[in-house]
Amino acid sequence: MSVERRLIEPLSVRIGMRALTLFVLLFLYLPILIIFLYAFNPERSQAWPLPGFSTRWLVATWNNIEVRGALITSLKAGLGATTLALALGSLAAFAVHRFRFFGRETVSFFLILPLALPGIVTGMALNSAINIGGQLIGLSFSLWTIIIGHATFCVVVVYNNVIARLRRTSGSLFEASSDLGADGWQTFRYVILPNIATALLAGGLLAFALSFDEIIVTNFTSGAEITLPKWIFNNLRLPNQRPVVNVVAVVVILASFIPVYIAQRITQQAGGLTSHPEEEPLPEVAITLPGAAAV
Amino acid sequence: MKARLRLAMATAAVIVMAACGSTTSAPASNLPQSIGPGEQKLNLIAWTGYVESGKTDPKVDWVTPFQTQTGCTINVKFADTSDEMVTLMRQGGGTVWDGVSASGDATNRLIAHGDVAEVNVNLIPDFKDVIQSLQSPRHNTINGHHYGVPYMYGPNVLMYNTQKVNPAPTSWDVTWETNSPYKGKIAAYDNTIFIADAALYLKAHKPELNITDVYELTSAQLDAAINLLKQQAPMIKKYWSATTDETDPFSSGDIVIGTAWPYQVSFLKSENKPVAALVPSEGATGWADTWMMSSHAQHPNCMYLWMKYTEQPSVQDQVAEFYGATPSNAKACDLLRTHIGASADADYHCGDNAFLHNIALWKTPLQNCGDSRGNTCTDYSVWAQRWQEVRGTK
Amino acid sequence: MAQAIVAEGEELHAPPLSPLAAARRRVGLVLHRFPGLRLLLALGPPVLWMAVIYLGALGLLFITAFWRQDPVTSAIVQDWNLDNFRFLLQESVYRSIAFRTVGIALAVTVTDVILAFPIAYYAARIAGRRIRTLLLLSMTLPLWSSYLVRVYAWRTILSGDGVLNWSLQKLHLGSVNLGFSKWSLWIVFCYLWLPYVMLPTFAAVERIPNSLIEASTDLGARWLTTLRRVILPVALPGIVAGSIFAFSLTLGDYIAPDLIGDTEFIGNVIYQSVGVANNIPFAAAYAIVPALVMAAYLLIARRMRAFDAL
Repeated sequence: MSVERRLIEPLSVRIGMRALTLFVLLFLYLPILIIFLYAFNPERSQAWPLPGFSTRWLVATWNNIEVRGALITSLKAGLGATTLALALGSLAAFAVHRFRFFGRETVSFFLILPLALPGIVTGMALNSAINIGGQLIGLSFSLWTIIIGHATFCVVVVYNNVIARLRRTSGSLFEASSDLGADGWQTFRYVILPNIATALLAGGLLAFALSFDEIIVTNFTSGAEITLPKWIFNNLRLPNQRPVVNVVAVVVILASFIPVYIAQRITQQAGGLTSHPEEEPLPEVAITLPGAAAV
Repeated sequence: MKARLRLAMATAAVIVMAACGSTTSAPASNLPQSIGPGEQKLNLIAWTGYVESGKTDPKVDWVTPFQTQTGCTINVKFADTSDEMVTLMRQGGGTVWDGVSASGDATNRLIAHGDVAEVNVNLIPDFKDVIQSLQSPRHNTINGHHYGVPYMYGPNVLMYNTQKVNPAPTSWDVTWETNSPYKGKIAAYDNTIFIADAALYLKAHKPELNITDVYELTSAQLDAAINLLKQQAPMIKKYWSATTDETDPFSSGDIVIGTAWPYQVSFLKSENKPVAALVPSEGATGWADTWMMSSHAQHPNCMYLWMKYTEQPSVQDQVAEFYGATPSNAKACDLLRTHIGASADADYHCGDNAFLHNIALWKTPLQNCGDSRGNTCTDYSVWAQRWQEVRGTK
Repeated sequence: MAQAIVAEGEELHAPPLSPLAAARRRVGLVLHRFPGLRLLLALGPPVLWMAVIYLGALGLLFITAFWRQDPVTSAIVQDWNLDNFRFLLQESVYRSIAFRTVGIALAVTVTDVILAFPIAYYAARIAGRRIRTLLLLSMTLPLWSSYLVRVYAWRTILSGDGVLNWSLQKLHLGSVNLGFSKWSLWIVFCYLWLPYVMLPTFAAVERIPNSLIEASTDLGARWLTTLRRVILPVALPGIVAGSIFAFSLTLGDYIAPDLIGDTEFIGNVIYQSVGVANNIPFAAAYAIVPALVMAAYLLIARRMRAFDAL
């Protein structure tokens, strides 16, 4: 249902923009391509050009227990942080969207603070808090401190996505649902949730990505726990491990391509990132409330 | 000011007690009398290259045999500076890390702060073979109480690219003087303690400053050292603390000369890079490392087992051949001579007490000069602030 | 149309509720009568979390800046003073480090905004649907490759024997000495944060109603004029929103300057302060500098309505 747009840009501009786009894409992806190439470097020296092609590092990485351990820790931390962020972020989005209260504008300001303030400030603050917590209530550095740290700056990502979607959703839907006899839970389950599902998914994926790759704050909150970025940080300084690190990076990139692609398709179908205000599609809502007569 | 004075006095008191104390070991009665069963785990902080498990070179591995023998799985964190080691040891109230391979500029801080526990050296059978100077040195023995077991020692050498540096250097001057032909391609150590290297150079070239101990500097001497460092800063390509921050640019040719640990020299040689190293005419700073155990260690038995294991001649010989540092166990020197011949004495100066005395070993600068100058010297916190000035210029 | 299938005389009753559904309705009634309660339940957990864990920790950190550390015991003495701040203002080195950090952060931000705009504009206004999807995907994917690995990739590219010099030599253009310099820092930071700037810029340009632009053209404006007087002003909040991340992430970074630079950032001083005898009060005092700078930036961004565009 896309409206045909009249391109106002003259041909020269279109060609120029296309060229610049290609240049920027090249800038973005050339280093990633180089990482891919270095993963097959038979030597551990970092000189260019590469002396050959070898898959020995793939084998070495697969056999590396530490990599597997770090990966599992990162996955656990990511899932934990994402779950917390989804819960807290959507709650906050509902509150801000549906109610008018004192300090409404400042909520979004405070939620974005963990991301907007430099990571080292956040890291130091959390580190001191954990140390003091250690003295007061015996808190110690562990997977949970990592999760708490990550959740704190992942909340805003979910919040932004959900509130953007809520703003696009007509409020009359909720009223219609209540008029038709649904209680709060039914409204939530059959009206609200389908509407924000894709926003939750997009927010959740982005939150997971943030947590999975985080190193700056994690350095301060992890103690002796090793997440994947921390493993990479420790092993980039060991020359023989660098090719293993490259392989790990390649695997991470390839493995994340799929969920990012899926998230892209889903958000796009629901009119996520590519919405035009004048052609906003009406959301399809499943109206299957019990006790209602089918029209 | 007052607080720093108190630190200085406290640490000085500890050192003075050590100097006056006897050298025979007199363990306190609450020391363990035997090593209990291993706890299956051991968390260590170490200098890169000290705890090798085959990751750098599959043939270089003294960790796996230990793990097999004792069942203690080692989790090692490689630290780059003594400051980092001190901070890590204090993490979680001292419960996160069980042991550390501390150099002399960390040991006294750790002892004074109560971070490390006294060790019963009677439980370490190979301790009696340690060379005389390292049996009860002031940096780890206070009043006859041992706070660790000695591991390896060595100088901070001048490493250079044999193809790009001609003629071969004999003095540190090519790294300090502004007319150096290699400026912009020099490496320096990125830590406060490097001030002592500047003082070492000034001791030889500016005798009017009357520098006697490069770690005990008056304000005037410290000013001179800082000025020399500020003069050097624009010529430095990279201040390194992680060893790869020196070996990478050396390999790529971005750096051709600079201060290094024997580890970097050994590593680059194993990569067939054209490097050589020497202790120049002015001498060198250096370090003697001690394995110390946290006073709140969660796995003390594994730590004792590790200390016992690494004191053995066979292990220290392996470390020496890989790292380039000198073993503290005199019996290891015999093994070293068998394996590498004359180099054991020529390059490693194995078992040579006199050579050890000529290295200005890393130690914590204190306000108490330890001589007739009294309390007029600058302590580590002052050094750290001045070092920030040097690094902030780039 | 509903047909009431009801026999004459019968009354319509709703089916009886299960106990769970009945309980839900009772809760729903209570919540409906007291909207404040709903607000509390919704707003409570996130606000409590942020207040206790984040703001509390932050506040505590900044309070310690007014205390000092006992060098003997390394404990923090709650002895209110301004020594840390006086020291920071006195020593010129901390000023120069702060200026240098902010300067590089600004340079990176401006460069990223310039680099991001063409691709965002192309994706939003010129590209067809399929290419737009592809471009969006390609903008988000770099975020999923490890930050550390990307920094190290540039380290090898810019080193003396890396790809850059090799390519320049092949083209007979000599060689450059970019490794471990402020140039490498600038390049790498621009590279790292570009996706963060691209996405909000894209969203901003994409949101501009087509009717607005067509109206401008109808009134006789050339493309450049439309760009200057319609598109850029309307998209500005989104562009500023994107710039927040580029600025903030550069301002607080301490890993990249160590890996590929030769200079000290505010973050490095703070990171090392925590390493030298755990001097948290001093580190906290210095940490106030980037916090204040960011607060100022955020306030300006809020004025420019960037938060609506996030």
